[in-house]
Amino acid sequence: MSVDTATVKKVASLARIAISDGDAERLVPELNNILGWIEQLGEVDTSSVQPMTAVIPNTLRLRDDVVNDGDMRDDVLANAPAGEHGFFTVPKVIE
Amino acid sequence: MSDYRIKGATGEWEVVIGLEVHAQVTSNAKLFSGAATTFGAEPNTQVSLVDAAMPGMLPVPNRECIRQAVRTGMAIDAQINKWSRFDRKNYFYADLPQGYQISQLYHPLVGEGEVEIDVEGETKTIGVERIHVEQDAGKLMHDQHPTRSYVDLNRSGVALMEIVSKPDMRSPAEAGAYLAKLRSILRYVGSCDGNMDQGSMRADVNVSVRKPGEPFGTRTETKNVNSVRFVMQTVEIEALRQIDVIENGGKIVQETRLFDPDKGETRSMRSKEDAHDYRYFPDPDLLPLELDDDFLDDCRKSLPELPDAKRARYVALGVTPYNASVLTAEVESARFFDALLDAGAKGPAASNWVTSELFGALNRLGKQIEDSPVSATQAAELLGLVAEGTLSNTLAKQVFEIMLETGEDPSKIVEERGLKQTSDTGAIEAEIAKVLDANADKVAEYRSGKDKLFGFFVGQTMKAMAGKANPGVVNDLLKKALDG
Amino acid sequence: MSDVTNLGVAALRDGIRSGEFSAKEVADAFIVKVSAAKQLNAFIVETPEHALAAAREADAARAAGEVLKPLAGVPIGMKDLFCTKGVQTTAASHMLEGFKPVYESTVSQKLWDAGAGMLGKLNLDQFAMGSSNETSYFGNVISPWRRRDGGNAPLAPGGSSGGSSAAISARLVPAATGTDTGGSIRQPAAFTGISGIKPTYGRCSRWGVVAFASSLDQAGPMARDVRDCAIMLEAMAGFDAKDATSLKLDVPKWEQGLSGDLRGKKIGIPKEYRVDGMPSEIEALWQQGIDWLKDAGAEIVEVSLPHTQYALPAYYIIAPAEASSNLARYDGVRYGQRELPDGANLQDMYAATRAAGFGPEVQRRILIGTYVLSAGFYDAYYTQAQKVRTLIARDFERAWLDCDLLLTPTAPSAAFALGEKSADPLAMYLNDVFTVPSSLAGIPAMSVPGGLDKAGLPLGLQIIGKPLDEQGVLNAGLAIEQRAGFTARPEQWW
Repeated sequence: MSVDTATVKKVASLARIAISDGDAERLVPELNNILGWIEQLGEVDTSSVQPMTAVIPNTLRLRDDVVNDGDMRDDVLANAPAGEHGFFTVPKVIE
Repeated sequence: MSDYRIKGATGEWEVVIGLEVHAQVTSNAKLFSGAATTFGAEPNTQVSLVDAAMPGMLPVPNRECIRQAVRTGMAIDAQINKWSRFDRKNYFYADLPQGYQISQLYHPLVGEGEVEIDVEGETKTIGVERIHVEQDAGKLMHDQHPTRSYVDLNRSGVALMEIVSKPDMRSPAEAGAYLAKLRSILRYVGSCDGNMDQGSMRADVNVSVRKPGEPFGTRTETKNVNSVRFVMQTVEIEALRQIDVIENGGKIVQETRLFDPDKGETRSMRSKEDAHDYRYFPDPDLLPLELDDDFLDDCRKSLPELPDAKRARYVALGVTPYNASVLTAEVESARFFDALLDAGAKGPAASNWVTSELFGALNRLGKQIEDSPVSATQAAELLGLVAEGTLSNTLAKQVFEIMLETGEDPSKIVEERGLKQTSDTGAIEAEIAKVLDANADKVAEYRSGKDKLFGFFVGQTMKAMAGKANPGVVNDLLKKALDG
Repeated sequence: MSDVTNLGVAALRDGIRSGEFSAKEVADAFIVKVSAAKQLNAFIVETPEHALAAAREADAARAAGEVLKPLAGVPIGMKDLFCTKGVQTTAASHMLEGFKPVYESTVSQKLWDAGAGMLGKLNLDQFAMGSSNETSYFGNVISPWRRRDGGNAPLAPGGSSGGSSAAISARLVPAATGTDTGGSIRQPAAFTGISGIKPTYGRCSRWGVVAFASSLDQAGPMARDVRDCAIMLEAMAGFDAKDATSLKLDVPKWEQGLSGDLRGKKIGIPKEYRVDGMPSEIEALWQQGIDWLKDAGAEIVEVSLPHTQYALPAYYIIAPAEASSNLARYDGVRYGQRELPDGANLQDMYAATRAAGFGPEVQRRILIGTYVLSAGFYDAYYTQAQKVRTLIARDFERAWLDCDLLLTPTAPSAAFALGEKSADPLAMYLNDVFTVPSSLAGIPAMSVPGGLDKAGLPLGLQIIGKPLDEQGVLNAGLAIEQRAGFTARPEQWW
């Protein structure tokens, strides 16, 4: 599989990274080089193998249903690039 | 019931409906953080660093949310998957701080189950495909500022169950009945409060149309419909729209739509259109969720009697199927009725009284049954007084009115106000004699064959007795006096 | 008094305890060294007041006759991937420039609780993505090492923990934290002649560490020698309920358990690590390491890890995939940079913010990760990579039937010059060939210095252990350290 300029632009759009046409063209050979290399994985017979789920045997611990966090609006908003009246703000979204 | 058809220009159409119901799990804290879930708090006050997706923050799942989803699955006889896991659904939106929603795509917690619905007296089974647990998003407010939207993350990370039905419904009524029944089950189980106006339950409505017997058509998904009535409207409006498009040579596009109750239409939600490649993959911050038998046993043991079982039990007690359905629709009514039964009331009489007298009174007072001024114990006592003949139905109504006003026990009211029904034949005979004297003309008419007048004499006698006479005794004595 | 900055963690700790010198003297001495080493660009932020506060506390505790904490008065460096309360935390990215967390990462908090102080936040590859420290928004870190053969070409300190490795080898800090996703502790340690251990996945909490690839990221210490690593790791490790992948285990007393006596231990030599084109000096060092371990009493066995060659490609699917999702939160809404071009809507703002905030390597990896997860490619890439990962872990499990530990080179070369590989991402990725397999398997691994190459640059040896056997890894590291007698240090030119 290899990518072309259109694919690179589509992927960049999915990833929400603005790229210029020049960027996209530059990225095509770069990404194809990397993708071509990782495709050697296809050689490995994995027909009887389960994908790894936990790198070290461990079970998922569950927390108790206790309210012990939150109620810290100032902290939550402290680093916000834009906010007012206790809200974060973003350019107006039209739904 | 499945013969609901829409008549189009090219013939009859069948509607195929599936619902994805998002139900907020009842829990104190959020699915992956210790922040509170209470409705209506000040903006961003119920937000932890995890909910705000600060760098390096990690999710730890809340046991109660898992437990509630498992109990819900058990309540619809579903397969519970002892091994499940969380996946990330990746997309960018201002109400989604992580840039992904933690959900379950590949291995949901709950597998196939079913829900029975009644529509127009017929029973139908609607299949449930799966139930999975996921995070809710935050809230955007668009009308506070001319050029900005405000972001409130209080809901961000609250636990939701997504209950996905199979495309088994074929009419607006079935879709409505399914949602209502599901809501009832969740409220019995206690896994969701079912407050649709607060957004605790909302449905994505999948609708397609086809000519009967043909394969499924292309479906659209109308998002976030938040009442039973709106779901029914959405189905109807969307089906008509699709038929119109197809019959005019168009094609249905698989898309996300929005229901506008004010305009009575659905419309395309273009703002979310380009986000269809969600790049799901297992959340590497979380291990697989493995449940042991003890956990499942605990969940099972904690399940209450569910609406269908309860309804069957009531019917077995002699309650009419209609009354049984009415009583079991809301968990609070069933709870009240069960308390009545526990206090010794008899099923049929009690069910009639609750569905007519009590519901009528509560309706008048604008109260919910859980706030009833008359307790189940008091009501049972009242019904007992009727059953033993101390009160006539008329007297019982009077006593009930006083109970509603004062909250006093019926025995006390009867005692203090002398409302006891009398079977004293001497007193009744004396009044009957007076009534017959005063209405000699009618007595003559009666005796000449106008039987219908009997009711008139009963009424007059009861009135003279101030309603306290035992109606059976009055009947007997009147018959004797008139027919002698 | 001799220069305390020549001392390591154990010696500083012991000297402060015995009163040989005060914690304040130690802090002052390192602060001077840090501020005089700007040319190395090892720090993004210096925090002398933090180190001094810890020193004051240590000195006061000693004056009051209290038992001193395990790291009382020892100043260290903190990789700028760990969130530190009130101190700018950037992950070396423009995206987080100015971000001051309102919280402290579990690992850094544990270090402060143990009495350590912070000299500053150390530079790194942006979001820990890189093997040379050339992807930092705040500029390259320059290795204190230079080639003996003349020419002053600035060398890479390794990456991503390049600020940590440079600062330790230049004696600016006695120890530092690192994080290792595919070799980010071990390769820079090898490049700069120091030691570093990546513990078993789950030993150190990831809470408060800016995430790169969640299933691989693991914090660990970097220091001048094995004992110092053991001391640091004891302070950093431990169960954390806030990290669902944290291991609920007691922290072993690794320092106390140190022993260079390897009698009864079997050391495996994986034949697949003899890669084509490996410099003869690396081969020679590897053989030297084998001899040292034999000398320490260990038995040497050859083992096979047949899927080794697939580790790197699997890693370069899994790590970017996880990163593409982990880095989605950097959207200019709640913290960090925001780019809002005129008339931009929300989605435009995201795209502009992320284009301006992320450097080229981060963007490249996000794009790869997004691509391999996208519809139609997920199974071929991601699922296949996770299956191969299972096979790689299985290779190690089979090897443990025949041996207790593995010995390999840490990196396929000594430090390269800055700019030498930065134009070719693939060449850079290949640098992680020996470190990535153990990362994929989540098992402990450490690099210790073995010697110098012809150019006078350090080379490292890697010891890989079974899950949770950090003690075995440290002990084998100690056995090498005792025999290698590595005392070389860069000549000060900065």
